[in-house]
This record gives sequence, structure tokens and C-alpha cells, in this order.
Amino acid sequence: MKAKNGTTLFDRVVEATPGGELLAHCLQCGSCGGSCPSGPDMDHTPRGIFALINAGLEDEVLSSNTPWYCVSCYACTARCPQQIPITDIMYTLKEMAIHAGRYDHPQAAKFSETFIGFVEQRGRSFEAGLATRYHLFHHPENVVKLGMMGVGMMRRNRLALRPASIKNTEQLQKILAEAKSIAAKGRRS
Amino acid sequence: MSTKTYPYYPGCSMQHDNHAYAASSIAVAKALGFGLDEINDWNCCGATEYFSVNRLPAYSLVARNLALAADEGATEVVVPCSACYFNLHKTDKNMGKYPELGANVNKALAAGNLHYDPGTIKVRHLVEMVINDIGLDTLKERAKRPLYGLKLAAYYGCLIARPESALDDTEQPMMMDKMLEALGAKATPFALKTFCCGGHMTQISEETAFEMIHKIIKNAADGGADAIVTICPMCQLNLDVYQSQANRRFGSSYEIPVLYFTQVIGLALGLKPKDLGFGQEFVDAKSIVSKIQESPPPKERPARRPKEALPMPAMPE
Repeated sequence: MKAKNGTTLFDRVVEATPGGELLAHCLQCGSCGGSCPSGPDMDHTPRGIFALINAGLEDEVLSSNTPWYCVSCYACTARCPQQIPITDIMYTLKEMAIHAGRYDHPQAAKFSETFIGFVEQRGRSFEAGLATRYHLFHHPENVVKLGMMGVGMMRRNRLALRPASIKNTEQLQKILAEAKSIAAKGRRS
Repeated sequence: MSTKTYPYYPGCSMQHDNHAYAASSIAVAKALGFGLDEINDWNCCGATEYFSVNRLPAYSLVARNLALAADEGATEVVVPCSACYFNLHKTDKNMGKYPELGANVNKALAAGNLHYDPGTIKVRHLVEMVINDIGLDTLKERAKRPLYGLKLAAYYGCLIARPESALDDTEQPMMMDKMLEALGAKATPFALKTFCCGGHMTQISEETAFEMIHKIIKNAADGGADAIVTICPMCQLNLDVYQSQANRRFGSSYEIPVLYFTQVIGLALGLKPKDLGFGQEFVDAKSIVSKIQESPPPKERPARRPKEALPMPAMPE
């Protein structure tokens, strides 16, 4: 099925994923779904998603919760008899869903976004800030539970309240800006 | 035995919420006579968050660390966190395997006056370094206080055993089990030793995360483990901090301490639990210390198979 810009959904997924051409070898054996620890929560197993990609059902694929339930454990990739980089394809689908504004699982996307925000700004992650900012903005109902947990972590000296930062944040930000601009050019072409 | 100093990438979680791992790594390194020297101005590896939503910046973020290490003249980097290890290893490998990706990452690095040639740095996990460079014979020899009587489940977590890293068998790794046996403990059967701990799912979908955590804890308990031994701060956090919440959800009452492998080595070397960060865990781990016996326990006879396991034709009356 041809999509808007003349290429199929399958082609675009393959193009965007290092090693993605192996997707053409999918046997539909289902080892991926059977190995997936969070499979029961997915609306389609990875095998199912690959069939939908092949059929060009873009809406169905990009609005699926499947990539957002991926825990990045690579169990599917380890067991795939065709060595398809399944986890990396899940990452491609997340990226495509974000750019199409089509994702069905906003929590996961917001969590990643908040995490990345701290890293881009300071070069280090910041658990206390991540937890408060993410839950405050997206799950205010969790704040009491979270607070109790935070106290437990602090009592055990396991929660830094001040963010750490690298020295050369300027260098890091230049690198990331350049990487983003190369990635954006790739998406337009 | 190795007495050299290794370039070291600690990772963010070593500095914030896992002092126990940091303290025990340093104490064990000192006792075994090797050094860990932090890469100057290293940055976060992006965990699983960055790679999953913006691929090229994620690779570039990780590659900055490799470039900095290479500039310091390093040829290897030791990493204690499985997620950091995996990201650094994957970046080094894929920059070489996919030349277009490698070129784009270097274009981004050039904006910060850096460059990295894939293959320059060998990325190593701390547990692999200790097992291969220090060696099990040395560990056995130096174990002043062997962990006789302790039953420990070696939990590898997901990322260290996967094909991208290929440190050990992807389904049934044994290197840490052998290490625990060398220290005098008994490594218990543990089918879910490479099952994922849930990663960030505790924040996104508790239902998913607690089910995974509960499965792992139950499987370790069914194998008779007194404690679970981990090699990753995320695994430790999920299995330890969320154990009581997973219990509540499933109506179970497990209280299995979750230790770092460096804490276990430290105990066997005769270091003080306090110096190994004991006391920072949610599920109390001090009980473990009192379970260590003076002499090896008598060899257990393997349990007889239950009758139902191998049904035999019944003799006529």
C-alpha cells in the first residue's frame, strides 16, 4: 500500500532503523510476542505489529500501544530466529508516532521527554526532579504516594535533592543540536 | 592478579540513589588491589529513554563519553551499570557496523570538537572485569570469610546477557553463579535470571511493572534463595524498593534482600557490612550476614522426584 510520499510504511520503518532491512525476513513465528515480559499489556504483539506494517496499516500501527509497553529488555531480539533488531524497530515506531502526533500512550512519551529534558540541560539525569516533575504535571493523583516513597529513599540516603551537572554543558548542547538537525534533515528527505 | 587502574564510567545512578553499589565497588577494588579512575566530565548515557525517542542525538550523547575516554588515551572502560554498559557497547558496535550512522554521529561530535573511531574502546561490565581479570581462583583464595551456608540467586537482569553484548549465554548465563560458588555460597536454581526487572515501567504502568517484579522475586524464593544478587542499579531499585508494593498487589509476603555482587564479594573478603553500604536497602539485608556459617554445610542429597512427576504403571493388587 503506497503512502503519501510515495514510499510504503514498511520502507520508512526499514530506512529509519539501523539493520531494519532484516524485517523483510520476518517469519511470523511469534517468538517475539512469546518472549515479551510486557506482552500481555500490548494491543498487538510485535509479530502482529510487523504484519500490520507489511500491510501498510499506518493508523493502526502508529496509534498502537505496543512500542510504549516495550521495556527495552531485548528478549525478543535475542530469540528472533531471523535476527531482526526488534527493540530498535520499537524505538523507530515511537519516534514515528511522536512526529505524527499519533501516540496512544502519552505517559511513556512524557516520561521520556521529562528525563531527556534534564539530560540535555545538565548532561546528567536527576531522579528526584524527574519523579516530581513528571508526576506533578502528568499524574498529580500520585503525589502523596510518591512523597512517602521519596521520604523512604531520603532516609536511606538514596535520593539526591540537587541535580548534578557536567562541566562542559555547552559542548554537549552543541553536539545534541547538531545531531537533532541531521536527524530532522533525514526525516524531511 | 590485576593491579592496574581501569578507566571508569560510573553512570548517574551510582552517584544518586545507589551509594551502596558505589561504596562497595570502591571498597572491593581497594581490597583486591585494582583502581577505578573516572572519565573526566562524562555525561549520562540516556538510559532507555533517549534511544527510544530520538535515535541520532542518543547515539551522539553516548559517543561523547567514548570520545572523551579515547582522548584520555583509554582503550577500555569499565562500567558498573548494565544500562550504561549496554548503551556504550551498543554505540561503539553500531557506529562500526552501520557506517552511515557512524558518520552522522561523528558529524554531531565535530560540533563539540570531538571524534570517535569505533573499536577504539572496549566497553566492559564491572562484573565481567572482576571475573575475568581478577579471576575466580584469586577470589576463592582471598575469601577470608567464605559465604558458607548462604543460598544466593544470581540475577543478571536483561541487558548484560543479550546478543548485543554477548558476555555469556543469552538464556542461561552462569558466570556469576560460578563466582558465588567460588566465594563459598550456594547458587540457587533461578530460571528467570535474565528476565527484565521492568525498567521504567514502575513509573508508567504499575500493573505491568509489579507483575514482572513479583515473578522474579517468587522465582528466586521458589529456588530457595536467601537473597538476590544483582549487577545493575535499576534492577536493585525495582526488586528492593518496590518489593513491598508488589507483595501488596499479589497478596504475597516475600522479604528477600537484594544485594549488589560487590557487597557479596566484600563480605567474603571480610570487609565490614557498614563499609559495603549495608543499611541502605529497603528489605533488610543484615539478616544475610548472620546466616553465614563457620564451615561448609553438609552436601545435600538431591530431593527425590515426587511420585506424580514420573507416573509408573501400577502393579496389580
